[in-house]
Amino acid sequence: MSGWIVSALTIALATLGGMFFLAGTLGLLRLPDFYSRAHAATKCDTVGAGSILLGLAIYVAPHPEALKIVVLLVLVLLSSPTAGHALARAAHGTGLAPWTAAQGERE
Amino acid sequence: MNAFFWGLATFLLINASACVWRAFAGPTAVDRILATNVIGTKALLVLVLLGLAFERSLLLDVALVYGLLNFGITIAATRFLETGRLTGGWQQ
Repeated sequence: MSGWIVSALTIALATLGGMFFLAGTLGLLRLPDFYSRAHAATKCDTVGAGSILLGLAIYVAPHPEALKIVVLLVLVLLSSPTAGHALARAAHGTGLAPWTAAQGERE
Repeated sequence: MNAFFWGLATFLLINASACVWRAFAGPTAVDRILATNVIGTKALLVLVLLGLAFERSLLLDVALVYGLLNFGITIAATRFLETGRLTGGWQQ
């Protein structure tokens, strides 16, 4: 492929991932209780990291380093949702009550 | 393209330092573990970006090990919570 198409694709994918990361950080800081924070943080982290790593893999594509980045991408896509699910299961199993609208602003 | 990698790494570092506040002040232990996990994912991406900017493929291996350790730490802390050796702050 010609150079500028690859660069534009990389910049577009990485900017998209950066926006997802910004949304995840805002959710982690602003949402009212643990379950909603886990919802925002793990989902946005998975998509953001996946998008940025996909863009970087496209950028270095003919080089064998792209394979390493794809392995990292698969690792992030597998481990981040698993960790989020395990955390939410542990919190729910030990009795952390979810936030409800009736409680109002608890923070 | 190097300038873009540096800019993205700086942006991710600013995001991660905002997440440090949640890891410091999070009301429960699971909030802290979640914030640490998020910071770890961002640090992994910063390592990959620095590896591409410096053209050191060694940093990609470091990022791979970092991701595996990040996952292992989160799962281990979660097991501590489930077996009761770590109290979350909500159960008495």
